[in-house]
Amino acid sequence: MDSTIFILALLDGVSYAALVFLVSVGLSLIFSVLRIVNVAHGSLYAYGAYVAATLSLAVAPISPWLTFPALLVASVAVGVVVGGVMERFLLRPVYGREDVLQLLITFAVFMIMDNLQRLIWGVQPIFASTPLKLLPNVSVLGVSYTSYQVILLPAVALLTVLGLRYFLRHTLAGAVILAVTEDREAATAIGVDARRVFLVTFMIGASLAALGGALASPTTSLVPGMGADMIVLSFAVAATAGLGQIEGAAVTALMIGIARAFVIYLQPEFEVLVPYLIMVLVLLIRPMGLFGVDKVRKI
Amino acid sequence: MKGALRPALGAAALALALTAAPAFAQDKPAQIKIGITTFLSGPASVFGVPGKAAAEMIAEDINKKGGIGGVPVALTFVDEGAGGEALVSNYRRMVQDEKVDATFAAISSGSCTQLVPIAEDLKVMNFMWDCGAASILEARKHRYNFRTQANATPEMLAVLVYLLKTKPDFKTIAVVNQDYAWGRESWEIFSTALKAMKPDVKVVAELFPKFGAPDFSTEISRLMALKPDVVLTTSWGGDLDTLVRQAGQRGLLQQTTFVLGIGESSMQRLGADLPEGLIVGARGDHWFLHPERKNDAAFKAFNDAFKAKTGAWPIYPVYHMYQAFSALQASYDKAIKANGGKWPTREQVIDAAGGTEFQTWGRPVTLRADDNQGLEAQIVGVTKSAPGYDFKVLDNMMVFDAKPITTPGGQKSIEWLKTLTPDFAKMNVPTFKHGQ
Repeated sequence: MDSTIFILALLDGVSYAALVFLVSVGLSLIFSVLRIVNVAHGSLYAYGAYVAATLSLAVAPISPWLTFPALLVASVAVGVVVGGVMERFLLRPVYGREDVLQLLITFAVFMIMDNLQRLIWGVQPIFASTPLKLLPNVSVLGVSYTSYQVILLPAVALLTVLGLRYFLRHTLAGAVILAVTEDREAATAIGVDARRVFLVTFMIGASLAALGGALASPTTSLVPGMGADMIVLSFAVAATAGLGQIEGAAVTALMIGIARAFVIYLQPEFEVLVPYLIMVLVLLIRPMGLFGVDKVRKI
Repeated sequence: MKGALRPALGAAALALALTAAPAFAQDKPAQIKIGITTFLSGPASVFGVPGKAAAEMIAEDINKKGGIGGVPVALTFVDEGAGGEALVSNYRRMVQDEKVDATFAAISSGSCTQLVPIAEDLKVMNFMWDCGAASILEARKHRYNFRTQANATPEMLAVLVYLLKTKPDFKTIAVVNQDYAWGRESWEIFSTALKAMKPDVKVVAELFPKFGAPDFSTEISRLMALKPDVVLTTSWGGDLDTLVRQAGQRGLLQQTTFVLGIGESSMQRLGADLPEGLIVGARGDHWFLHPERKNDAAFKAFNDAFKAKTGAWPIYPVYHMYQAFSALQASYDKAIKANGGKWPTREQVIDAAGGTEFQTWGRPVTLRADDNQGLEAQIVGVTKSAPGYDFKVLDNMMVFDAKPITTPGGQKSIEWLKTLTPDFAKMNVPTFKHGQ
């Protein structure tokens, strides 16, 4: 392998990993605190993308630069509103009951949101690429890249890792979440409102999924079914890292993204298999995931 | 005696007429029920939903004109997006419980592969209205299944011949197709024919990203590094839109000759993001500005009506749906005529369908009697900006006759393609400029 391929594959892998990480870290965060595998996480990704595209298309005529805040606004709006409603009215009533109930409810939400998405936005692909076009291309070894994909997306992913780490380890709200994660009963006994922690955590996780979708929206066509694909991939990343591992999810997303890029350069036939092959191999050797520990409820 | 018999004969004739009239009326059904499978969910709904809108519009028009042989048509739809067992169950329910007279199934070649044997078992006339896998009708002779359009072989062959005629000196090619049956089969057809007709071309990359992939950045980087003379993709829907936009943003479309094997369906959506100079195929001679039909008032009225109903000009699945209805109408008309004007049995309609030629919004299509394969012309052109349109239109259009580019009856496509020679690309094909 020559150095050109190595550098190009590395860049492609990092760019791909950034988006996958943003979605999978939300899934991981929700699992670590609420112990829920949220099947509707992919729908939150899709709604983040669709709402961001809708907002972007609305504000672009005023000023194309407004499309950047539109991406953020869409993520928070979807995370707070959709995530909030899901947690408060659908998941809260079944806490403490069989895990399968939560799984079934999130699956039902996924199906409902998928149908609603078609009703609201139709079935024709939607594309809102203004943010992508506003930033210049950069040339690496004679190959042109969009700086949106090779600079902005990895930067947002890095900021998210650092931000989450700081939030959970150095703020009171983060400490409260960690306390509930470690021992819900003990935290409740000292006056922590665990239900509120669950709600806020779910909204943060949902916002991260929506942020992934919003940031992807300028680069890809929004189509029915896009959420289903992303939930499978983000689950593979979260499971490989070990559910509940934030930094682990970042490293695993990088590992899968870079491996996928190298495979496309060297053996493209195996592209689709790579994430799942890595997941299976890791879980066979370490069932709790690469960075997981026996007690998975630790962030 | 004669006088005595006359009133008796008159009474008998009247009695016969009175009894015969209701019997004839019962033979003629109240409706012709048509069951249609189409994608109403999932990525392929970009074809299925316009197909459904077209079916509703066409059925309404047929009924306004008095129906087929005086009988109105009634439609039932099944979502192909449900896939697998659900699709099969719903298809059986349509045929056995709702007792549809004919089915139009399906869009996906996978769905066709599943449903074709069932239609044979249930003895119901099925028109494969959009699926393209050539192998389905090449495997065995069917009685109840017909394909009312071309298959992947003439569709890919037309695109390849266009490429060879317009860029005869290319030396390298790469492919980026969706990783599923269509992506693989269309490349097998294209590459087999290419090897036979221009063996010196080197295939530098065969990329099959996951169906529905949201990002093609790595594939684009690799292609930019490889710098092939030609890049072929037979992708469609959101995948094609994403690929074209990402490749355009990074300059790949300007660096190489891009061939969009079935790109006609994406042209309106891609708008200004689709540059000039890309070669585009249309899965038939489907183009709302078809050079041989654009001045036909009925064709224009159909296109305008569809645009008014959906907000977009028709794309190829819309025309394919029209062809299925047109084939049905032609088959019934032929069967009624063969039956002396009486309403035909289902088997008589099946007998009539083989060999039928029917009018389409392109050149007429024939259901070849040998194997029930539709012989459909192909249109291929190159993208160009044109006043009055906020998307690229087709220019330098070649309209290929169906017969020379379709696998002869009784032969397998891949084996036939291997027998082609470089002279094959020298066939005479009329070329039309946009607006000509």
